[in-house]
Amino acid sequence: MSSTLSATTLLAVPLAPLVGSLAAGVLGTSLGGNLIGRRLCHSVTILGVLVSFLISALTLYQVAFEGARLNETLYTWMVVGDLKMEVGFLIDGLTAMMMCVVTFVSLMVHIYTIGYMEEDEGYNRFFAYISLFTFSMLMLVMSNNFLQLFFGWEAVGLVSYLLIGFWFNKPTAIFANMKAFLVNRVGDFGFILGIGLIAAYAGTLNYTETFAKTSELAQLAFPGTEWMLVTVVCICLFIGAMGKSAQFPLHVWLPDSMEGPTPISALIHAATMVTAGIFMVARMSPLFELSDTALSFIMVVGSITALFMGFLGIIQNDIKRVVAYSTLSQLGYMTVALGASAYSVAVFHLMTHAFFKALLFLAAGSVIMGMHHNQDIRWMGAVRKYMPITWITCLLGSLALIGTPLFSGFYSKDSIIEAVLESHLWGSGFASFAVLAGVFVTAFYSFRMYFLVFHGQERYDQNPDAHQHDDAHHDHPNKPHESPWVVTLPLVLLAIPSVLIGYFTIDPMLFGDFFKDAIFVDSSKHHAMQELAEAFHGPWAMAVHALSTWPFWLALAGVACAYYLYMVHTTLPQQIAKVLRPIEVVLENKYYMDWFNENILARGARMLGMGLWKGGDQALIDGAVVNGSWKLVGKLAAVVRNFQTGFLYHYALAMILGIVVLMSVFVTWPTLRDWLNR
Amino acid sequence: MTLTLGHFLTLGAMLFAVAVVGIFLNRKNLIVLLMAVELMLLAVNMNFVAFSHYLGDMHGQVFVFFILTVAAAESAIGLAILVLLFRNKSNINVDELQTLKG
Amino acid sequence: MDVKTGFFYVFSLVLLFAAFRVITARNPVHAVLYLMLSFSQASAIWLLLKAEFLAITLVLVYLGAVMVLFLFVVMMLDIKIDSLKQSFWKHFPLGATLGAIVVLEMSAVLLSGFKVSESPKALLVLGQAQELSNTKELGKLLYTQYVYPIQVAAVILLVAMIAAIALTLRERKDSKAIDASLQVRVKAADRLQVLSMEPTRAAPPPSTAPESAPASATPEVKS
Repeated sequence: MSSTLSATTLLAVPLAPLVGSLAAGVLGTSLGGNLIGRRLCHSVTILGVLVSFLISALTLYQVAFEGARLNETLYTWMVVGDLKMEVGFLIDGLTAMMMCVVTFVSLMVHIYTIGYMEEDEGYNRFFAYISLFTFSMLMLVMSNNFLQLFFGWEAVGLVSYLLIGFWFNKPTAIFANMKAFLVNRVGDFGFILGIGLIAAYAGTLNYTETFAKTSELAQLAFPGTEWMLVTVVCICLFIGAMGKSAQFPLHVWLPDSMEGPTPISALIHAATMVTAGIFMVARMSPLFELSDTALSFIMVVGSITALFMGFLGIIQNDIKRVVAYSTLSQLGYMTVALGASAYSVAVFHLMTHAFFKALLFLAAGSVIMGMHHNQDIRWMGAVRKYMPITWITCLLGSLALIGTPLFSGFYSKDSIIEAVLESHLWGSGFASFAVLAGVFVTAFYSFRMYFLVFHGQERYDQNPDAHQHDDAHHDHPNKPHESPWVVTLPLVLLAIPSVLIGYFTIDPMLFGDFFKDAIFVDSSKHHAMQELAEAFHGPWAMAVHALSTWPFWLALAGVACAYYLYMVHTTLPQQIAKVLRPIEVVLENKYYMDWFNENILARGARMLGMGLWKGGDQALIDGAVVNGSWKLVGKLAAVVRNFQTGFLYHYALAMILGIVVLMSVFVTWPTLRDWLNR
Repeated sequence: MTLTLGHFLTLGAMLFAVAVVGIFLNRKNLIVLLMAVELMLLAVNMNFVAFSHYLGDMHGQVFVFFILTVAAAESAIGLAILVLLFRNKSNINVDELQTLKG
Repeated sequence: MDVKTGFFYVFSLVLLFAAFRVITARNPVHAVLYLMLSFSQASAIWLLLKAEFLAITLVLVYLGAVMVLFLFVVMMLDIKIDSLKQSFWKHFPLGATLGAIVVLEMSAVLLSGFKVSESPKALLVLGQAQELSNTKELGKLLYTQYVYPIQVAAVILLVAMIAAIALTLRERKDSKAIDASLQVRVKAADRLQVLSMEPTRAAPPPSTAPESAPASATPEVKS
């Protein structure tokens, strides 16, 4: 009864954005001679992503309602012994959902960019990059083998690097993009070790073939230790996820990545690229279920991220940084859910988070545009009067983020909290505390930002470094204005799923058959999902029930605190900061992680390189071996040269001595032979 | 006592040794060097003739014949070189022949 | 001790003494003369060994030709008579030691290797015992088995002669002989050089003497 998906049609999904990207990137820039203008560029790329989105939506419909599946290899790149390296697609519930999320958010960002990057010179280049990103991410999620996954992984990392450093003349942007790339590299190192182990022990890179061998792999121990092989494999794979999804301690690149333009912060660093790690772990659920150690590790790392990044969000003054730390914290939540074996919940939160976080970023961008590129929330206030659409959509997004009942974020977040509370793994106690405390912290910093930006007094004139460049062509240089429709339309279109999608999709996704063959949970060992399923009585009932649970009241307390501190008693925050000065210093220095990375790791690596260069390369290899060899030959030759005196009788003497020696040997040979053989 | 092969061989050896010492000790005179070479050849010839006599084989004497020929040719050329050397350096000091110094 | 042995010892001692004097003589002419003496003693010893052809050859070739050549060279070159004192006697101990070692080892080898105490073997003779002539026996061998080496020896001597002449030949500086091939290869340009000059030339500027004035001066008619 299941209708079949066509691989050729699905091929259009990643290739349409790629074609758009190439057209815009080559013909629209000086690379191809600036042949096409801005309108054509953005039209081509938007068309490509639109085609992708429509096919993805169709595929989702077929997968969800007609039970269609696809697992096909399109192209065999090479075969090395028994190992096949292929390009193929695996379309099931998980993939279809990711495809839709990626293409939808990408489409919104493409439309948004028309307004946001209007004044920028690199307009065409930007569209090329975001379409290229869409292609890479789609290749990643549609893959049916580790190699293509890794290709997509690296490609999104590359495009992220290109986009963070989009304004490449800014030194901070270059610093940020190098940091992102290098930290990702650390994660990728672990990732490729994991893939290598799988290739070595399972003998294949294909998902289905690997998952078929899980029972055998579970028996093996990692050679030389007492650890299970799957534990090591899973931890290595998760290290890759830590890099890509910015978990502690590889999270340091995400706040710096805010140097890039806001559209990409929305697309890459909120909705899609950073979720690649979460997606990967969910995809590998058959492997992760085998190892409790790995799941505990994931849970602990996720909970540390969720809580401590939330703390950092409290003291940020840059509007984008607040949302960035919020992203980090929410990624921590998803990771904790993965650790509790609630993969479907994690992926569900991934989806809802994609919508409301993209919305929040784009709204922030709209505010920045309206405030003439001022990003400091201390110098905003009462923006709601001037930018109503942005205000309403941002409010909806924030409500979704904090987990207001009936909004999408509520369903996903509360499910995570329930799942963690049910888990018995080592570390689940701390994780439970972290996710609950995180609810308060999330509410607090979200509404701190909301109140400071949209309510309260107008503080535009107090900005010490206000921009002057916009004064010439604005009637009221300091008052914000609403953004054009190309900017607000995506906000509205994203706000709709932020509000509604949770209510309608929680049942089929979490407790239905949607992820049935994509995600595997070993219910005998990890029964969190089972408990959740038993406690679930429908979305409306869940919303009502929430009124009697901790998360709701913690969130409410957070909003109330924020209201009090930033609307009522506005001098209190500074007083508290003065009292808690040491804590504030630690938070401002981001737990000294950046200091550690720059001064100890980076400097240590540079010193090591310098030492190896001076000591190893110059002194040892160049000096001792290369130069030393000829110098030695020269010295020896200088000594041997003394034999060539030019005097005849010296030569004759040498000959005579030689003859005497030979004769002596000849005469005494029998005794000599016996002496040598003794 | 009768003469044995040993006598002649010893004589040849001593003659050879004298010639070798002559080459080694002579620093001043190239002509003496050439003469010492002649003495060495004479010692070798002595050995050959003695062997030929005591082993009853004529081949030894034939060989002496040829050695004689070659020695004559070699001394002629050696002296020619000596003459040239003297023309260029006005002395025949062996000490000063060190342009082949390494 | 019979006569032969006695002669042998006499000849040997003179030989060795002469050899020693060759290398230690101050005057090179004396050295050559001592060499001649040693060769003559060697020749006598060979006569004792019944190798009369070689003994006479030694006298003819060596004493007659090679030594005379040495004498010519020694007397022609203006060789300074140097004293042998320091450098010779300084190295004498080492040299003597080496020489002694050489003698001892050679003797040890040769004496132990060959049956030195036997009496000389007679030459193998086909047929009945005949009176043997050293020359005839030598000739028999040379012209049958060693014909080719004889020819080579002749060529060696030829080469030595040509080499000696080629090395020492000096051209006469006053000779007017011309190389014919050079004559034939001469070109016209080597002998004749054609210069182009203008047919007329301005006269040189007038000097102080009045005679050269009238040709180009402006005429000033007088009287």
